[in-house]
Amino acid sequence: MFTNFFYTLKHFGIPVSMNEWDSLLEALEAGMGGASLTGFYHLCRAVLIKTEAHYDRFDLAFATFFRNIETPEGLPDKIWEWLDKELPELEITEEMRRNHQQLDLDELKRMLEERLAEQDGEHHGGNKWVGTGGTSPFGHSGYHPGGIRIGGESQHLSAVKVAGERRFQEFRTDETLGIRQFQIALRKLRHLTTRLEGAKTELDLDATVDKTCDNAGRLELVWERPRENGIKVLLLMDSGGSMVPYARLCNQLFTAVNKSSHFKDLKIFYFHNCIYDWLFHSSRCSNDDYTDTEYILKTYSPDYRVIIVGDASMAPSELSRVGGVIEWGLYNDKPGIDWLRRIRHHFEYSVWLNPIPKEFWDWTEGSWTINKIAEIFPMEELTVDGLDRSVSKLRSKYAIQAI
Amino acid sequence: MAKYDMYNGSSDYIVSDELRNSVNIAIALQKPLLIKGEPGTGKTMLAQSIADSLGKNLLIWNIKSTTKAQEGLYVYDTVQRLYDSQFGDHDVADIKQYIKLGKLGEAFNYEEQVVLLIDEIDKADLEFPNDLLWELDQMSFYIPETKETVTAKNRPIVIVTSNAEKELPDAFLRRCIFHYIAFPDPEGMEKIIRVHHPKLEKKLLEQAMETFYMLREVPHLQKRPSTSELIDWLQALVVGGINPNTIKSELPFLGVLLKKNEDLDTLLNGLYKKSQTQSRTVISSSLNRYR
Ligand SMILES: Nc1ncnc2c1ncn2[C@@H]1O[C@H](COP(=O)(O)OP(=O)(O)O)[C@@H](O)[C@H]1O
Ligand SMILES: [Mg+2]
Repeated sequence: MFTNFFYTLKHFGIPVSMNEWDSLLEALEAGMGGASLTGFYHLCRAVLIKTEAHYDRFDLAFATFFRNIETPEGLPDKIWEWLDKELPELEITEEMRRNHQQLDLDELKRMLEERLAEQDGEHHGGNKWVGTGGTSPFGHSGYHPGGIRIGGESQHLSAVKVAGERRFQEFRTDETLGIRQFQIALRKLRHLTTRLEGAKTELDLDATVDKTCDNAGRLELVWERPRENGIKVLLLMDSGGSMVPYARLCNQLFTAVNKSSHFKDLKIFYFHNCIYDWLFHSSRCSNDDYTDTEYILKTYSPDYRVIIVGDASMAPSELSRVGGVIEWGLYNDKPGIDWLRRIRHHFEYSVWLNPIPKEFWDWTEGSWTINKIAEIFPMEELTVDGLDRSVSKLRSKYAIQAI
Repeated sequence: MAKYDMYNGSSDYIVSDELRNSVNIAIALQKPLLIKGEPGTGKTMLAQSIADSLGKNLLIWNIKSTTKAQEGLYVYDTVQRLYDSQFGDHDVADIKQYIKLGKLGEAFNYEEQVVLLIDEIDKADLEFPNDLLWELDQMSFYIPETKETVTAKNRPIVIVTSNAEKELPDAFLRRCIFHYIAFPDPEGMEKIIRVHHPKLEKKLLEQAMETFYMLREVPHLQKRPSTSELIDWLQALVVGGINPNTIKSELPFLGVLLKKNEDLDTLLNGLYKKSQTQSRTVISSSLNRYR
């Protein structure tokens, strides 16, 4: 039927799963598309789009896809005819239907790949939708949801194939997947303690049974204080100029940390490129709004979990020289690297999250300082997986010494 | 095609074609309808309107930060049972009397189909929606204590609302029909207001609406005034006998519209700082929108 539409949506960055696609087909079969393109539009949107943030992409995709229909209203038959002419339907077999619930990403990927391989030999060349006058929605510079450039010479390719060029981008698990995934990773940062104060509001089952037995069956309820997470977090974020490209990513982490209400304490400070005598209270790092790093080292107990976020990329002098601080009008009498060592020394549980992907650490501009800092702090890339690994290191002394 | 109830709006609730469509799609596909939108855009009231329009009972499960999915199914009051066992005036072997169904359980147990509103799902724990997936799919759950399975006699119409305080899990989203209620434009707003204040003087309504939309455009407000605040404000203006011509210049009962002190400060500072010309452009642009 209209597999192409599926790929158009994917292309515009809309994550449509087989689940939803199936629902859409079901709805269409039940005649719920209504008698107009508008009805069809609403149906697709209600079933396929799960956040208002994607409404706009959906509109773009829809407009692109249906651009060639001259008078949209009241032409349902034409739409169907036209849709039918497109590539063969992505069949949903009985088996797929059965596996429906468990259909994981790999499975979906494999299915689509098989599908693609089949189509290779017999694709409808010169497909009107892709080809006409170089107005293909794919391959042209305008809109790249994933920031991935696609070549402009797609005329001779089938829509499916073109779509195939990038349609699995969203499935990359090493990609940063946003606030929710960060939050889930952070949740593992828990260490339950027995509280010494507060109301006893939780029934202690074991003690109740013991006491009741002691009383020869006469019930005696034993209450205890609910345990709470004892983890305290110190988040230090680089807000220097080289961090700008990662602002979105860092913001997601920041939001996730901030929303994680399960920490006993959360303190956030900022620095520019490297940490020296001061840690600033706002990302602007203004010279009159800071706390002495020395003060933090003296007053924050060593069980604070320290998460440093930064690209660790700077001029070697900024890291290793007295007076190397990049800011005019400031002067550091200890080199940055000493401060970093002291922080690491004081806070046993500390990690460095780097938004630069690990594969670039050895040859980006800042590779010298990245490697120096990675000798001091366990360094992970700022992705969901990286955060996950960091969290396990922050949980146990053993894990952190093992690196 | 099976025959489904069609939702057509109700006299006290103004519904856009799009929203009505989404409701009917959700009903026909028997999927939960997830409604998102600014506070005060009528998310909660929609469920009531659906129930009224279809002549069904409405069950409301209000979610709080401490709500657990299990509470929606059933709660086993073990403590009560223990106490009863001490005094022997109940038959404690009958566990059934200590099982109390939650809202979801209740909805399953009804003879007729009901509308179930799960209000403000984003208030709960991150995993909360995931913990309900199976029950919402299967419309049944098992109670090990009594070895009973509660199965919906009639699949309830499930409406879920969210103020987007937290992201909802993908697995949950995939099972929902989604609709975002956009903030009503002045035309739509006028219809909503007519429902609540049918006899409003035209001049008063006009002036109040212009002021309202102007205030919504003030930058940096923490909580922009919403429909419900406008409705309350109009009430205040009428009761206070305010002269419509003074509304825009004097902003009477401003506290009804802006509930946060910081926002009142923001606005007053803004008005104070702004040069005459600037504030005029803000007003005239909102005027244009209204016309
Ligand atoms: N479409 C509408 N039709 C009629 N009244 C509405 C509408 N939208 C909002 N309201 C009014 O606004 C109030 C707040 O709506 P509510 O459903 O509580 O909003 P939400 O749940 O989105 O925060 C309602 O009590 C009602 O008075
Ligand atoms: Mg509400």
